[in-house]
Order: sequence, then structure tokens, then C-alpha cells
Amino acid sequence: MSERASVPKEDEQDAEAAGAEAEAETDAEPPADGEREQEPEATGADAVVRALENAGVEYLFGVQGGAIMPVYDALYRSDEMTHVTMAHEQGAAHAADAYGIVTGDPGVCMATSGPGATNLVTGLADASMDSDPLVALTGQVPTDFVGNDAFQETDTIGVTQPITKYNTFADDSDAVGTDVGTAWALANDGRQGPTLVDLPKDVTQGETDAEPGLPETPDTYQPPERAEPENVATAAEVLADADRPVILAGGGVIKAEASEELREFATEHEVPVITTMPGTGAFPETHDLSLEIAGMHGTGYANLAVSLTDCLLAVGTRFDDRLTGDVRTFAPDADVIHVDIDPAEISKNIEADYPLLGDAAAVLDQLAEAMPASPDTDEWLEQCQTWKEEYPMDYETPEDDPLKPQYVVEKYDELTPADTVVAAGVGQHQMWAWQYWTWTEPRTWVTSHGLGTMGYAVPAAIGAKLAAPDREVVAFDGDGSFLMTGQELTVAVRENLNITIVVLNNEAVGMVRQWQDGFYEGRRMASEYPWVPQFDKLAEAYGAQGLRIESYDEVEETIQEAREYDGPSVIDAVIDPAENVYPMVPSGGNNARFALNEDHLEQL
Amino acid sequence: MTQGELPGPGPDARQLPEGRRNEDGIRIDPEAEAEHPPERTVLSALVKHEPGVLAEISGLFSRRQFNIESLTVGATIDDDLARMTIVIEEPRPGIDQAKKQLEKRIPVVSVRELDDEAVQRELVILKVNGDRPDEVNAITDMYDGTTLDAGPRTITVQITGDEQKIDDAVDAYEQFGIRELVRTGYAALARGEAPTAQVKQPNKAPTESQVATTEADDD
Ligand SMILES: Cc1ncc(C[n+]2csc(CCOP(=O)(O)OP(=O)(O)O)c2C)c(N)n1
Repeated sequence: MSERASVPKEDEQDAEAAGAEAEAETDAEPPADGEREQEPEATGADAVVRALENAGVEYLFGVQGGAIMPVYDALYRSDEMTHVTMAHEQGAAHAADAYGIVTGDPGVCMATSGPGATNLVTGLADASMDSDPLVALTGQVPTDFVGNDAFQETDTIGVTQPITKYNTFADDSDAVGTDVGTAWALANDGRQGPTLVDLPKDVTQGETDAEPGLPETPDTYQPPERAEPENVATAAEVLADADRPVILAGGGVIKAEASEELREFATEHEVPVITTMPGTGAFPETHDLSLEIAGMHGTGYANLAVSLTDCLLAVGTRFDDRLTGDVRTFAPDADVIHVDIDPAEISKNIEADYPLLGDAAAVLDQLAEAMPASPDTDEWLEQCQTWKEEYPMDYETPEDDPLKPQYVVEKYDELTPADTVVAAGVGQHQMWAWQYWTWTEPRTWVTSHGLGTMGYAVPAAIGAKLAAPDREVVAFDGDGSFLMTGQELTVAVRENLNITIVVLNNEAVGMVRQWQDGFYEGRRMASEYPWVPQFDKLAEAYGAQGLRIESYDEVEETIQEAREYDGPSVIDAVIDPAENVYPMVPSGGNNARFALNEDHLEQL
Repeated sequence: MTQGELPGPGPDARQLPEGRRNEDGIRIDPEAEAEHPPERTVLSALVKHEPGVLAEISGLFSRRQFNIESLTVGATIDDDLARMTIVIEEPRPGIDQAKKQLEKRIPVVSVRELDDEAVQRELVILKVNGDRPDEVNAITDMYDGTTLDAGPRTITVQITGDEQKIDDAVDAYEQFGIRELVRTGYAALARGEAPTAQVKQPNKAPTESQVATTEADDD
């Protein structure tokens, strides 16, 4: 097995300081062949563009640069796709990621070599953790320069290997179109995820008449579709016999478009449903059987149910530690039926007693057919109802300020249609948005679950709005998160996107401060931000509408003003800086022993 | 003012489950606690013979903290495919996870865990001081080794065999003073008719070129 070698061409000119740019110029010389038409020959870059068109790509998010220039030049001639220039490549990756979450099809982002590619890295890691469909195209220095530390060279394949489902170095102009099609197909098929094609400049500039076909996955990749019938039958029997069954719906349910099947199954057999954070929206929280959300900041009733269930039907979840807490205390009395399309998720963190490999929608249908009877859940549902009454999600709303963030979330939810798309950054504001919004539809909750990427919200709102132009889009962001990618506001203004960004401003990286108060005796090292800008004024500087709320009576009116404005608005919502997120299961804790306040934390 | 305080009984007032899992997320049977001592196992993987695959696989093993004993890779009769032999030492759930993670990488065509019956060989080349050539030769004969190079000052030999045999041989040569040695790590194939990792596998159909190659081989 050889690592890629770079063999300089013999006639290579002295390229010392020339770097990629100068090399490009020599490469771009028109062919000496006098018989040729004026029309330029098709290049590898044209094949890249054609492959994307064949895949049905509508939007591309990216930033220009030397090594990716040939692809942009080819894009110039395409009128089927719209390129959205972002302020930063991280923004491009998150926008494409959000686009993929909302539409279900891979979003596409582009960057030049070196710093462009490395700026994509956070977005790729994010998409990888959340199994979001995403294709990244990165420029690369010409093949002959690879490995020589050329100007703006980075080993993008090496850097992104652990954070992509698949990546490939395109080394042939005739094959590059197919490479892009393969990357698109792999991002989309089976368990979705990010893929990357690294595009050396000589490969995209090279002439080719190869026509890329439709995206195709390699034959060696064949994700399971339907589970083995015998396994389904056994699992169905176990579930039918259970006294305290629970369905745990993960992001895989949404990815597999299995929400309808889930609803039918749960309703038919009267099994309560809990969603993980990525599974949010897979099952309507307005449904009697919904126990809402589980995990570190999940509802008390969901966490109790998941702790005491005797049969857990887990669909499309990877049992992240934010969900399980200490695995030793996670659903310890339960037979686990685990439905997943990725065999490697089976028994990775929680042992599956009954693994069912396949597409979530197909397997839920199979299970529905195989159920010999419904479990008798009357008593269990009653127990769950008691917990709902004992541990309601609530917060105090004093008459005037300081404003409680949960109220802003609830009010916004009340005023908007059910299919509103909600993006969020990472921190307390994300948890309040998650907890206090009433989720009823899949593909409406767009946030960074697995990686926990601050700065996700603003670019995600942009990608989400382009993915769903007819739907409302709101982003809840923290002051800290906003400061990381707020420059993407310039894109929202330029594209005149009707989005609202609500900065739940507590002048702190609040989630960190909450942990410092809870677990570091209040030593607030580097977590308070008494120097944040006025976000409404900042928004105005970008050309967006800037609004501010400080008290309860301004909330509704301001939200309406933002919603009615034709273009992006930023609401600087000055909230109670002392507010914390509860319930809370401390990291690695026992889900049944969630804390509802500070005193409880001390008891743990 | 309360700080986001929710109503409800405290942690101590709640019902707790009776069961328990171990650190691997496996439910513990109170009668027979689930214990998983590390096992040594040999994985054979058929992979696309492409640049970067070795880095991808070794990276996968290190970032998921699988304990690699040895990893070898080399060509097969099919120019498009290479075979990797990976020896790992892990508790059983870790071995299963390693197999699944390996299988899931796109350039990996198939993976198989070989049993103890498998033919496993490692090669060591070692260079000892040459002042007692007759004795060195005797040891080499004893271990069915081969002398690769002999001069007035050094003798270089090769030994193949399993880990135990090679360890023993190295011990035996120590008396002459070992100047340098290199071990290759394991190469292994399933014994007899049992297949090692193969192109055809339930979830991974062969590509056209692979089918063509296999047929050609049959002719
Ligand atoms: C890129 C990044 N850096 C650091 C962190 C660690 N972190 C997690 S939550 C958090 C606080 C977020 O603060 P802010 O965006 O203001 O939201 P708040 O918690 O105040 O609502 C930090 C720093 C992170 N998740 N992501």
C-alpha cells in the first residue's frame, strides 16, 4: 500500500516562489492547436459542475480562492445553481449543513485549498457527529506540488479523514466528475454524513470530454434496508410482552423520513415516545404519548421513564453520553431493541439485546406487521402521566425584568406556525430553545447536537431559509455564540433573507458559567463577557434591522416587528444573567437523579 | 428570587431502577457478572489498493483506541485489492466494534475475524555478531531459519513462525549479541477451505472488475 507520491514533471519550470497562482497562469495557456473553435474545451472543473447539476444541487455555499478558482469559473457558466458567497468557510459548511437538515438532501460547500479547507473543518466535524448530509469541495495545489509545502497547501484528505464519511483526492480530470457524484451519493445514502473531494488545480483545469453520469454509490457500499424477519419477529414479541415499554426516537428517524411510521406505531400500540435531541420533532410533543426529550437537560418525566422502562425500542440513535449519562444506570432494567442502519452503532455504547439493522421507516413497518399484540401499557401510561404532573417544565416569570429567556422562546413559538424552522447556537440558549419550544414536525430543529459548535446558529439560519424559503426561520443564539459567526449577517442582508436572530444576551458564556457555579465553587474564570456589543446596533451596521427587548411587555410586539420586517432582524434580548438550565443531569450522572435546582445538585 | 427552579420531588425521593449495566453498556446478570477479559484476535481485511487507505485504517484504530498488536498490509492476486492483517487485543465488545468500524469505511471491501486455526506467520530478520558462526548456524537450523548474509563480523538470519517461536529464537540468539532486528507483524490466512476475508460478502457485493478477476482466476 503506497501513500500518495508526488513526482514532479521533468519539464517543470522553476516554481520556487511562484506557488499555486503563477502555476495556474502557465497552465491556463490556450491550446496551440489553430484548428480549435473559440469555445474552450470542457475541463475537469466543468465536469465537477456538471456532476453537481446532475445531482440536482440548487445551492452552493462557499468562499473563492486560488486553488478553487477553476471550479468557480466553471460555475460562472452554470445557470442551474446558485452560489452563496459566505463571509467565512465555517459559515459555508454550517449553511450547507443546515440546508441538508431541512431538505434531507446533501448541502454543498466549497473552499479553496489550505486555510479555506481548514476553515471547513469545524463544519465537517459537526456534520459528521450529527450524520448530516454534506458535500465539501476543496481546491488543492496542483498535483505536482502536493507534498512540497506549496503555497496554501494542506493535507486536506489527512486532516478530514476522521471527520468525513468518505473523502477522496481527485487525481484525474477524466474521473473528477464521477468522484464528485460518488461523494454526493455517499453523503446521501445509508447513514448520511459529510464527504469531501479534494480538487487539485491541474485536475480541474485539465481538459476532458468525460461526461459525469448521475451520482452513484460504489458497489461495495450497500447499507442494510430491511431487518432479518426472524429478528423482527423476536423483537416484536419482546415488545408485546413488555410492561413498561418506551420508544426512544433519535435523529435517524428524521433522516429516514420515518416520523409517520413512528407515529402510527406508537399510537397503535400505545407506547410512550421520547426523543433524543437530534430526534426532536420526530414525534409531536403535543401528542398524549409524548414524554418529550431525554438526556442531560431533558424533561424529568422522560428521564424517569427511560430509567425505569423494561423495554426500550431505540430507533436511529447512537446513545451519546449526553443522552445516556452514566451507561451503567441507563435503562438498566430494559431489553434494548435497537433499530439502526449503521451496524457499528449496535452495541457501541449500550448493548442491544435485539439489533434490527435497516432503514428506520422500513423496520418500523416490519415491526408493525410482526407485532403479535399490543403491550398492556395502561398502568405504565398512568405512571408516566403522574411524573408529568410531578415534574412539569416550568420557570418563574416575575412581573418585570429581568426577562426570563424561556418566556421569549415560548412567546416566539406561540406566534409562529408549526412548521417554523428553529436554529440555535450552543449553550444555555440552545437548551432553553429545545426545552420550551413545542416541537411538532421533523426537520424544524437545526442545531449542533453532537459536536456542540458555538457559532452554528447564524449561518445555519441562512442555509435553512434558502432550503425552505416559504417557511419562517428563527435562530436563538447566545451572545458568545453570535460573536463567533455573526459576520454571516452580511450574507443574510445581501440575500435579503427573512430570518430573525434572537440573541439571548446574558453577557456571559452562560453554560460554562452555570457549570462553574455548580461544580467549580463559582470561580467564573473567563466566562463573563461584560464587554459584548449592542447586538441591535451591530445588526444595523450590517444593514439588518436591530431590535432590543429588556422587559416582558416588549416581547410580543418586538417579535412581531421582526417577523414582519422584510429582511433579517436581530433581537438583542437582555435576559436575566442569573438564569440557569434545569432539569440537569450532571455529566456522567444517573438520569433518574436529575437536579431541578441548585440544592438538588448538592445532593448528587 | 428563585433561579429557574422547577417544582418536583428531589433525587432522593424518586424511584430508582434495580438493574445495572457495566461500562460497556452490557446489562449485568447479578448471578453471573458479565466480565470481558481482553482477547487476542486476528482480523483480515480486504481493502481497495489505493493511496491513503493504510492511513485511514490505522487512524481509525488509534482514534477509537483499539489496541493494535500488529498491522501488516500487502498486495493480493487482484491488483485493485490489498489485504491487511490486524492483530488486536481487546475485550470481546471492543473486537466486535473494531470489526464493524473497519467494515464501514468505504475502501474496505470485507473483514473477517480469523479463528485460532488460522495460519499465522510473522517474519523476523536479525543480525548477530559473527564471531561464533557454527553456533549461530546451529540455532538457525534449530528454528528452521535461513542465513541471509554472513560476514566476518555479522551474520543475518531470518526466522518465520508464530509469536512464541520467534520470541524463543530471539532469546536463543541473544548469547551472540543481537545487533539489530526487525519483525514484520503477522500475516494470516484462514486454514483449509475456510475463506479469509473475501470479495463476496452479504452486505458488500463485488464490483464488476472484481467479479471479472475472480472469474478469470477460475479459468
Ligand atoms: C466553538 C466552541 N467553543 C467553546 C465551546 C464551549 N462552550 C459550550 S457552551 C458555551 C457557552 C456558550 O455561550 P453563549 O453562546 O453566550 O450561550 P449561553 O450559554 O450564554 O446561552 C461554551 C463556551 C463550544 N461549545 N464551542
